[in-house]
Amino acid sequence: MNHRIAFKTIVIKEIFRFVRIWPQTLLPPAITTALYFLIFGKLIGDRIGMVNGATYMDYIVPGVILMSVISHAYANVVSSFYSTKFQHNIEELLVAPVPNWVILGGYVTGGIVRGLLVGLVVGLIAQIFDDIAIQNWWITLSVAFLTATLFALAGFINAVLAESFDDISIIPNFVLTPLSYLGGVFYSVTMLPPIWQTISIGNPILYLVNAFRYGFIGISDVDIGLAFTMIGSSIVIMTLISLYLLHKGTGIKN
Amino acid sequence: MKALSIRNLRKTYNNGFEALKGIDLDVEVGDFFALLGPNGAGKSTAIGIISSLVNASAGSVSIFGHDLHSDRTQAKTCIGLVPQEINFNQFDTVKNILINQAGYYGLPRKLALQRTELCLKQMDLWEKRDTVSRRLSGGMKRRVMIARAMVHAPKLLILDEPTAGVDIEIRRAMWKMMEAVNQQGTTIILTTHYLEEAESLCRNIAIIDQGKIVENSDMSSLLAKLQVDHFVMDLAQPLAAAPQIDGFKMELLTDKSLAVAVPKHSGLNQLFSELTQRNIQVISLKNKTNRLEQLFMDLVDAKTAGSQP
Repeated sequence: MNHRIAFKTIVIKEIFRFVRIWPQTLLPPAITTALYFLIFGKLIGDRIGMVNGATYMDYIVPGVILMSVISHAYANVVSSFYSTKFQHNIEELLVAPVPNWVILGGYVTGGIVRGLLVGLVVGLIAQIFDDIAIQNWWITLSVAFLTATLFALAGFINAVLAESFDDISIIPNFVLTPLSYLGGVFYSVTMLPPIWQTISIGNPILYLVNAFRYGFIGISDVDIGLAFTMIGSSIVIMTLISLYLLHKGTGIKN
Repeated sequence: MKALSIRNLRKTYNNGFEALKGIDLDVEVGDFFALLGPNGAGKSTAIGIISSLVNASAGSVSIFGHDLHSDRTQAKTCIGLVPQEINFNQFDTVKNILINQAGYYGLPRKLALQRTELCLKQMDLWEKRDTVSRRLSGGMKRRVMIARAMVHAPKLLILDEPTAGVDIEIRRAMWKMMEAVNQQGTTIILTTHYLEEAESLCRNIAIIDQGKIVENSDMSSLLAKLQVDHFVMDLAQPLAAAPQIDGFKMELLTDKSLAVAVPKHSGLNQLFSELTQRNIQVISLKNKTNRLEQLFMDLVDAKTAGSQP
């Protein structure tokens, strides 16, 4: 049995799905982030001055890009897989000889592609407002890829466990968005009072944003090695949880 | 080798409901097999387990010699499923639905396109290949599900109420298509509430009730067990009451319509002779119910009565 073809089929289906509805998937982040860059980066940022040695615009660009990668990698998988469950066309995959790791890999890859594509769009928008330079391509690309992978996996787990459309909007609205905004996208944690600096250490998105920012401008509030270790171990844990849920048939088998 | 072999299959759901109580079933290669039973009898659970949509609690399922547990990939490759409910992506085109399904079974793109064209033509849907599936009629959606199930050329096709909700014309056209598929060598398992459909198409039959197989034989042997035929007669003149004739149970449905139970050993000649003696003229005669339907009701009623405390 050629599982490569099954994997490719799922990935192509997933990419076509979000490309076909590009006004809902690719256009909104371009407009939203253009407004971020215009208002926070230019109009307000010019008055803020330097943050840790970088202009405010240079400082926020990596965080805004990564925030888009996170939300879109997550949203792609959670909405697509939940819809597949809701319409019962997950049965097409369950009946066919497609192993669980291929199902997981296919949907997660779809989420990664959308996350990175949106990240690229936001990066190009940022280029309109500022001359963006990347100091370390390897760190930048690897953090973007690993972050997209991590949140695509998180979206998959959310979709598997979700029992209604409300359940797939709770985590993005009430967990991901607050953690992203409080994850050092628009400020350095060194600017916070000591108590909030300590609390911020528990926010995983802080590590991702700072590692990504390090790739762009060489500035980070956290240790880069620790950030990579955290992302890597989280991916392993979430992969194992996803495969366990698929094996048990949680939420997808009667 | 059997197309399907089930041994001691059990399923108890999380809420404690025992849907299958240890069923054994064999389906021969090339057969057109009916799996019948009232709602909630366990048919869909059995089909769900065979097609990997439901996890079994115990027992084994073997498809063309491949154990569904230990040789899962090969076993699944042999199966095509047409489920009860429409379950394809309603936003996808007919062609893409089939191509994607072929991809899940590992068919290379070129072969997937060839098989898609063949199956859509066989189901008379080729003209609709680029139509978004939600725009199709109910009958066409049913045929898309059959075409999708056949796209990887399965050896065993499971049809779970494939003609539910379609009109008689489309139903009969679908029967022809199913017969053609079976004649090409595909083993078919059919569940249906239209017992006329099962009687007309299937050679062997199992009836499941309350999680157990209550009957499993070939269709003709089963029908031979029917001891009484039920007829409805239209009369020329109205009657005030049903006539009393020894050996025949009669019931007046309307003043000009009479239901009669005719034991096989008596025959219709004796009945007509008795009616003629009483000066009762019969204009027309028809079966009250389909023969299999009568037998099905007898078996299920007997089982239900037997399970009463």
